[in-house]
Amino acid sequence: MNNIRWWKIAAVVLVFYTIIAGFLMPVPALPILHESIRNLYFHVTMWFAMVIILTVSVTHGIKFLSKGQRYNDIVSAEAAHVGILLGVLGTITGSLWANNTWGAWWVNDPKLNGAAISLLFYFAYFILRSSIPDNEKKARVSAIYNIFAYTMMLVFIGVLPRMTDSLHPGNGGNPGFGGYDLDGTMKLIFYPAIIGWSLLAVWILSIRVGFKVLTEKIENN
Amino acid sequence: MILFLIQKEIRLEWRNKYALGGILLYVIATVYTAYLSFKNIIHPATWNALFWIIMLFAAINAISKSFVQDSNGRQLYYYTMLKPQHVIISKMLYNAILMIFISMLCFTFYAIFINYLVQNLFIFILCLIIGSIGFSVILTMISAIAAKTNGNFGMMAILSFPMLMPFLITLIKVSKFAVDGIDNSICYPYLLVLILINIVVAGLSYILFPYLWQD
Repeated sequence: MNNIRWWKIAAVVLVFYTIIAGFLMPVPALPILHESIRNLYFHVTMWFAMVIILTVSVTHGIKFLSKGQRYNDIVSAEAAHVGILLGVLGTITGSLWANNTWGAWWVNDPKLNGAAISLLFYFAYFILRSSIPDNEKKARVSAIYNIFAYTMMLVFIGVLPRMTDSLHPGNGGNPGFGGYDLDGTMKLIFYPAIIGWSLLAVWILSIRVGFKVLTEKIENN
Repeated sequence: MILFLIQKEIRLEWRNKYALGGILLYVIATVYTAYLSFKNIIHPATWNALFWIIMLFAAINAISKSFVQDSNGRQLYYYTMLKPQHVIISKMLYNAILMIFISMLCFTFYAIFINYLVQNLFIFILCLIIGSIGFSVILTMISAIAAKTNGNFGMMAILSFPMLMPFLITLIKVSKFAVDGIDNSICYPYLLVLILINIVVAGLSYILFPYLWQD
């Protein structure tokens, strides 16, 4: 019990707040979007948390390259795992939303292709990790690939969709959902939701890293 | 130094001609197979896509060997003699030259055997050059990474796929514009995107290759 920290309690409270308030609080009534605008609290915030946790992953990758600490490599790999979990959840919620507003689960759109390719990048990262037996070499090569994957992800989901036509809100001349939120009630849930999902991700990450470190300790003895 | 390394690459390639010959034969054989199965492609979108798919596999074939062909002893020699930045730049430049040569050849054969549908040749040639440079920049770094793993050729495809796809999709889009004879001014933003991707990947490779090199 002594392992419970304030931020873990905050994570639980914020995630429950997101789910309860996200479904019950009033939202602007808009044509086509209707109640599906509530996906802002789930899809968008999960991808925000994903970008945050992947930033953790790439930072530890860079740290490994400069210092060569085994711990950094473990954090980097596990953070990528957690990031991909959030990415898959974000894709599923986005797909549900797309089916309700665009009428299809998946459309050929720069933003969606970018997201799919970013996920592929990280899957390739895991395959790369599993194909090198030597730990030190694995860490170095995968840290390099991680930096590539992260940079390209920023380009594919952050830059390219904004330069071309895209159906996705907030891209290609479409207004983001922030523009619909006239009285600011959505922000009251949106920002706590980002913090909540991120804290939850960090929590999962800390458990995974602890587990990995302990496993290695046992194997080495 | 870089020029010297490029010269060495060209000389090596020339000495064991089977590597270069293999790629040329691959290009010719694929184009000819396409000719036998399609006879004549009238539909511009199909024409364009098939061309770039042939180019993609030619590029993977040509570049995947860049870091494997050097023997261990020779790599140790390079390691003590050369700066890693020079090695990666020279390999990239050499592969770019090779790819431009292959793409021009492939285009010629493709135009002779299959069909010639290009209406805006200037943009199409620009696409060929930028595409060749892009393939070489992306695949050289990936082949350096893949050379560190066990299953080499399979890894090359897996690792390069996500990086190549957006590049290839944009490239196919612009060259489709060129085939349809769309005005230059509409094509330039897309070409700019392609060049930007090249610059990002080349910059990252330049910074990260030294870490990959130390072994």
